[in-house]
Amino acid sequence: MSTTNVPGVNGIVQNEPLLWEKGKKGRRGMCVPASDVPEVAFPAELQGKGIDFPDLSEVDVVRHYTRLSQWNYGVDTGMYPLGSCTMKYNPKINEKVATTPALAAAHPMLADALMQGNLQIMCELQEYLATITGLPGVSVQPAAGAHGELVGMLIFAAYHKSRNSKRTKILIPDTAHGTNPASAALCGYKPVPIKSGHNGILTVESIAAVMDEETAGIMITNPNTLGLFETNIREIAEIVHAKGGLVYGDGANLNAVMGIINARKCGIDVMHLNLHKTFSTPHGGGGPGAGPVCVTEELTQYLPAPRAEKVGDKYQLDYGGPESVGRVHAFHGNFAVLLRAYSYIRTMGADNLKKASQLAVLNAAYIKEKLKGTLPLAYNRPCMHECVFSDALLQEDKISTLDVAKRLIDCGYHPPTIYFPLVVHGAIMIEPTETECKDDIDQFIEVMKMIVREAKENPELLRQAPQRAKVRRLDETMAARHPCLCG
Amino acid sequence: MKELSEVIFVEELKYTEDHEWVTGSGATLKVGISDYAQDQLGDIVFVELPEVGTVFAKGDQFGNLESVKAVSELYLPVGGEIVAVNDALGDAPELINQDPYGNWIVEIKPSDTSELEQLLTVDAYRQLLRG
Amino acid sequence: MRYLPHTDDEIHEMLAVVGRKSLDELFCSVPDACRYEGTMGLPAPMDEWQLTDHVGRLAEAMQVNHTYNVLIGAGSYHHNIPETIRTVMSRSEFLTAYTPYQPEMAQGTLQGIYEYQTLTTRLLGMDVANASIYDGASALAEGLLMGLRVAKKKARVVVSSAVHPHYREVARAYLEPTCYEMVELPVGPDGRTDLSGLAAIGDVAAVAIQSPNFFGVVEDLEALGKEIHAAGALFITSFTEPLAYGLLKNPGTCGADIVCGEGQSFGLPRSFGGPGLGMFACRDEFVRNMPGRLVGQTKDLDGKRGFVLTLSTREQHIRREKATSNICSNQGICTLIAAMYMSSLGGSGLAELARLNYSKAEYFKAQLRAKGAKIVFESPTFNEFVVEFKEDFQPAYERLLKMKIVAGLELGKYYPEHKGRYLFCVTETAAKEIIDAVAGEVKP
Repeated sequence: MSTTNVPGVNGIVQNEPLLWEKGKKGRRGMCVPASDVPEVAFPAELQGKGIDFPDLSEVDVVRHYTRLSQWNYGVDTGMYPLGSCTMKYNPKINEKVATTPALAAAHPMLADALMQGNLQIMCELQEYLATITGLPGVSVQPAAGAHGELVGMLIFAAYHKSRNSKRTKILIPDTAHGTNPASAALCGYKPVPIKSGHNGILTVESIAAVMDEETAGIMITNPNTLGLFETNIREIAEIVHAKGGLVYGDGANLNAVMGIINARKCGIDVMHLNLHKTFSTPHGGGGPGAGPVCVTEELTQYLPAPRAEKVGDKYQLDYGGPESVGRVHAFHGNFAVLLRAYSYIRTMGADNLKKASQLAVLNAAYIKEKLKGTLPLAYNRPCMHECVFSDALLQEDKISTLDVAKRLIDCGYHPPTIYFPLVVHGAIMIEPTETECKDDIDQFIEVMKMIVREAKENPELLRQAPQRAKVRRLDETMAARHPCLCG
Repeated sequence: MKELSEVIFVEELKYTEDHEWVTGSGATLKVGISDYAQDQLGDIVFVELPEVGTVFAKGDQFGNLESVKAVSELYLPVGGEIVAVNDALGDAPELINQDPYGNWIVEIKPSDTSELEQLLTVDAYRQLLRG
Repeated sequence: MRYLPHTDDEIHEMLAVVGRKSLDELFCSVPDACRYEGTMGLPAPMDEWQLTDHVGRLAEAMQVNHTYNVLIGAGSYHHNIPETIRTVMSRSEFLTAYTPYQPEMAQGTLQGIYEYQTLTTRLLGMDVANASIYDGASALAEGLLMGLRVAKKKARVVVSSAVHPHYREVARAYLEPTCYEMVELPVGPDGRTDLSGLAAIGDVAAVAIQSPNFFGVVEDLEALGKEIHAAGALFITSFTEPLAYGLLKNPGTCGADIVCGEGQSFGLPRSFGGPGLGMFACRDEFVRNMPGRLVGQTKDLDGKRGFVLTLSTREQHIRREKATSNICSNQGICTLIAAMYMSSLGGSGLAELARLNYSKAEYFKAQLRAKGAKIVFESPTFNEFVVEFKEDFQPAYERLLKMKIVAGLELGKYYPEHKGRYLFCVTETAAKEIIDAVAGEVKP
């Protein structure tokens, strides 16, 4: 492949100053309605001096954000194989559903009878997520994956407290997401790191050796962050349960196993899902997402409240009992995100969701097979939805994983996840998702091969990359040494 | 990163296995990090210093060094009271990268000077890095 | 299925490359005992047009829909949203991007967040604002935890009971498994927080006050701040209606150390309560104890201005269990929406809109008073206020509902002592006729 055939070429990139570097005092970018009531003076002693916002016209504002948007790259721009992030296509109809006026205008504190439509959506989504995971109790309140993890840990704490069982530790494998230890620590649990075995998965023995009655349980990501299925999960769960512990399943990687596994049968007690990954809601450059939590029947009483339920032919909010961990969001979670996921599940149905998982795994396995002669695989085992390579060969040419990632930007791709998981040196973690077609994947593979060739033949091309983006490599050291956080 | 042959050692200092150096033998000691340590850490962007007057035991964590994407804990080589901290590092953490031996981090009044005897000589430290 | 691009031929070709005979065989590492039995029991798939019809029916099931005048605020406000926001902020370059891990191809998001941080500091009068937290409630919980970290070795936080009841519930849920205790302060007859019990509490890391508070009452933050600082505690302020700062002294001016609140009013629809926007700011000296992402300005290799995520060593992916929070996202697109709203209004527009909201509420109060209703708290309010009627208001509420007006929120569920009293909210969206209609139904 020659460099002229790669997707990334120079575009029309406009310069655009900061908001307050443009505009003129006296401009206005939106209407303030004329007053139809007498003006009343506000008590002077409580009144402020006014806020120093720039005054901009409507055109100023629209051009500003349009230009900013053109410096961004999204799934709609091109392939975004960011491992662990499941950057699949975000269907447009879901955006329309989320902005349905009657649903989007709803105030969250109305009486149940006045908001039946939204309660029905919440209730049905709870049921669908229960069906997909095999775990019958669902709360859609958590606003993000990490928020769901926190709820999971709050449930662990409430469960053990109700049994008068003092537990201080939690087992966290080295292939877990980085958030897990921080979530557990918020609930006072000290993380006990567990090394994965030589083949990248957990061994039964490693858990048996440390699980005791002072340990609240284990947090497992399955498939794990190496893209491998934790084959021993049932045996591990049995050991944890036998000591009175609980099993937390980090569902961030559910996209690999919808309709394939039943979390309950795996021995999982609590699991969060990332609707913004598996269920195709857009990431919005960092959020908002949604992180519903699914639990076994036994743990349902601990879920955050309120939850939606159907009684007769009416929907209502169930405020739970004293066992509930309480409220974790001001209202009902990120409802507009829930709506998009609801819309996605209703569009896909059971067979297509399973097919999505199968194709996500097929795409990753295909990339793994095609690239394993080019880059060294971290573990040569059947992969799930993502595959992980190391930088062992690149090091010979003094090229870093970062250089490869930056060169991919010049070639028109969002790079894979890099330097994660930590257990792989210079990791390159590729998750194509099911919505990439074979042609695009073939082209990506060819570009990756080209870059690895360039690493030998023209390494400066990698070290100087990106050259075609809005900016070149940025000085992160300067940003951290002398923080400039507002203008 | 530097090859071992490029790493700078200062003969008259004492070292620790945590890659810190110690100087002085009387009333107070100054503590910093070795050239090897600053090279491994990369660009240091922040130094978290203890409060003057705090007393630590040998091996206690007394602060942190931060690079852009890592945090390294600092452990006290010899137990004692912090009598001074190098305030210059607040505004210019890069001083440690520029001259790790010229820029001490804390000054301590040791509780037990016999702990000094457990520190590594430059040869022992060089040997440690050779592995 | 239109989201799944693979043809059967391609699937076979790809399977051949990976050495599998079928899609099922890809899952050979999954033990039988873990497998899903049968097909997932989900409704049959719908095409785009069926889905549109289905959602239309759900919308019809909303008795109170967008054509109603809902005179409730209580943390979720109805404000006009300019069309520019819907159009520009639905651009997929913003919407379908991930967290800006590769700054060179995410300068749009990064500059946008930097601008949001800046406008937020100006609005709140603080030194530094983060890239946002989930919502106002979790922002308060994070604010309290941050207060405990900054104060070190203190075991209590104190929260005014005039803080939104849901926010207090969230804070309690966050604190429950920790060793820290949360104590609530009463509200005085003027609707403002009564600090007189503070001295007796002891071991207090921080005190949180909401202004305007849940009853719409503007707290005297300056005076409270002085007392709280004199008691040796950090001063945290919360808010649910940021528009108020177009008129009020902002928290920074009043000495706040940490400010956390909800930014939904700035361009986000009520959306049944989410997504919102947890705005979070503090004084410079506490920045390393702050939770959440931060965007900072820097330069690229050519010396050109650019933006990156920075001070990441506070965060979970580096400091793991010692992180300042477990949060690893922000409200991305909502921050850009809020910044676009703030810059569309401008400084003069913000003041004008805040004054309009204030005047509407004052007009509403006057009309209700004229009918003999009592405004329970006589302190200055913004947008919201509590009303006591001479007789049961429920029949009037029902009549107004038939006129497509939701006349306030009955408070008994949240404050038993205020049972039968109603919290009303009016914004620029409530026409004088609507206000008059409500007053018209009140029996003198």
